[in-house]
Amino acid sequence: MAFLHGATKSKSGGESALKKRSLTPYLLLAPGLIWLITFFVIPIFSLASTSTMVRPQGAQIGTYVQELRFANYVDAFLANQEQYVRSFLYAGIATILALAISYPLAYMIAFKAGKYRNILLVLVVAPFFTSFLLRTVAWSQILGDEGPVVTTLKLLPFFDDSIRLTATPFAVVSGLTYNFLPFMTLPLYASLERIDPRTLEASGDLYASGFTTFRKVTVPLSMPGVVAGTLLTFIPAAGDYVNAALLGNPSTKMIGNVIESRFFAVVDYPTAAALSFTLMATILILVTLYIRKSGTDELV
Amino acid sequence: MSTQVIPRPSFSHRSSRWFSRNLIRIYAALAFIYLFIPVAYTFAFSFNDSGKSNLVWQGFTLDNWKNPCGAPQVCKSVANSLQIGVISTVVATILGTMIAFAISRHSFRGRKTTNLLIFLPMATPEVVLGASLLAMFLNLRINPGFWTIVIAHVMFCISFVVVTVKARVASLDPRLEQAAMDLYANERDTFRYVTLPLVMPGIAGAALLAFSLSFDDFIITNFNSGIESTFPKFVYVSAARGIPAQANVIGSAMFFIALIIVIVGQVVSRQRKKS
Repeated sequence: MAFLHGATKSKSGGESALKKRSLTPYLLLAPGLIWLITFFVIPIFSLASTSTMVRPQGAQIGTYVQELRFANYVDAFLANQEQYVRSFLYAGIATILALAISYPLAYMIAFKAGKYRNILLVLVVAPFFTSFLLRTVAWSQILGDEGPVVTTLKLLPFFDDSIRLTATPFAVVSGLTYNFLPFMTLPLYASLERIDPRTLEASGDLYASGFTTFRKVTVPLSMPGVVAGTLLTFIPAAGDYVNAALLGNPSTKMIGNVIESRFFAVVDYPTAAALSFTLMATILILVTLYIRKSGTDELV
Repeated sequence: MSTQVIPRPSFSHRSSRWFSRNLIRIYAALAFIYLFIPVAYTFAFSFNDSGKSNLVWQGFTLDNWKNPCGAPQVCKSVANSLQIGVISTVVATILGTMIAFAISRHSFRGRKTTNLLIFLPMATPEVVLGASLLAMFLNLRINPGFWTIVIAHVMFCISFVVVTVKARVASLDPRLEQAAMDLYANERDTFRYVTLPLVMPGIAGAALLAFSLSFDDFIITNFNSGIESTFPKFVYVSAARGIPAQANVIGSAMFFIALIIVIVGQVVSRQRKKS
């Protein structure tokens, strides 16, 4: 019996019950985990340490010494409250819009597409084979002042000539929505596809209307996909600065834009570090609360 | 039998029934159009006889496709992106696959911490990953450039490789490996001739994912690149002046190459299933 062979031959046997402690897993884990510790964990500490540094009086630009000045956080937050709130607001709206666009799409692919299912899935991902930056630039030109949309709108009687689409919050939020759409659609599809059609039939047999079946059976069963999709959209959207830079104006700046310019244009590393750290902490707290609340621990 | 004639529903009634029955398909079609608008735009403007600024349509030409390196710096940045992509993919795929096997096939101390360490980079916004790594390089007085980009890309790709390969290992039928052992294959041979070939599609998928993540990354790269250019960075920097049509050529070509790879992959896996 395989069982006996497995018992005598140890580790790489298929059954988890036969897993045996040895040195092998540590050797397999070591290189990757060392990489992550060196280039992810230590940098986070480095960031934390930079965030409380101070530029000594009269020192060169870019020179900072550690003084454990935690007031940096207060200063950084107070100076950039607006962009901070805006980031979460824009990311939240974009996530809701992406969910509204993706849910019917994923539903259609999972239940109505038949043999075209795989082709449609490829089509969902396909736009993302062209560069993220190129697509955003394309939107900025399509929605731009000389672009086809604005030119057409100007011909209509109820818009005056000053109408603009780029450099508005609308453009930034649409860009965010568009760019993270497959991160929403794919997890939704994965959880919808797993639903046994017989559960839906059973609901119909018990005289539930189509809408009731959707609300009481389909939606609850797709919750893991909704949670995964909203997280995969919200997290990158909250930290993004490309959409705000290419589609927005100075009054639509997000926290990512501030961090970038603090680092490069202003060379104010402590403020940039304090803002990054606050952003990460806020997102981690929100994510933890959200996962707790929605009761899916599958992700971690 | 009744001979009563059933009245034909009116045209407007029938069309509204058709509409409500196909509502979700119409909706999906609109969503797909939305998804493809910028791709179509990029493709169309790759044929623009644009001269210096590719903002307005000036006329059709094939010149950009014949000479994709025509604009300064385009090909240099693409070559950089390709090199960085290949190196990062190879390293991240090897390291990530090793972790995936350790997690799904072995028991060890610190499993929870390991899972957390894999999950956290995916839950951290890119600005923070980029800024923290740059903060460390600056504190160590290391000048960012080609190799710091590679280091960063490997770092954020590992987690995605682990997740992808782990899913594939988990879906394996353990009886296949037991059968190999029943036939007196030793551990190494079982791994080499049974486990590895079965997991290979997962590893290939993970490598493709890692490559596309690396090739397309802008935010983390921008923080850790110094003066080194990559394709997304080139597009971002030249966006203010209008990007050259050659960049659209590269973007469109990438789109079609990736599409072909995915379609061939699907066809091959379907034929394997049949045989």
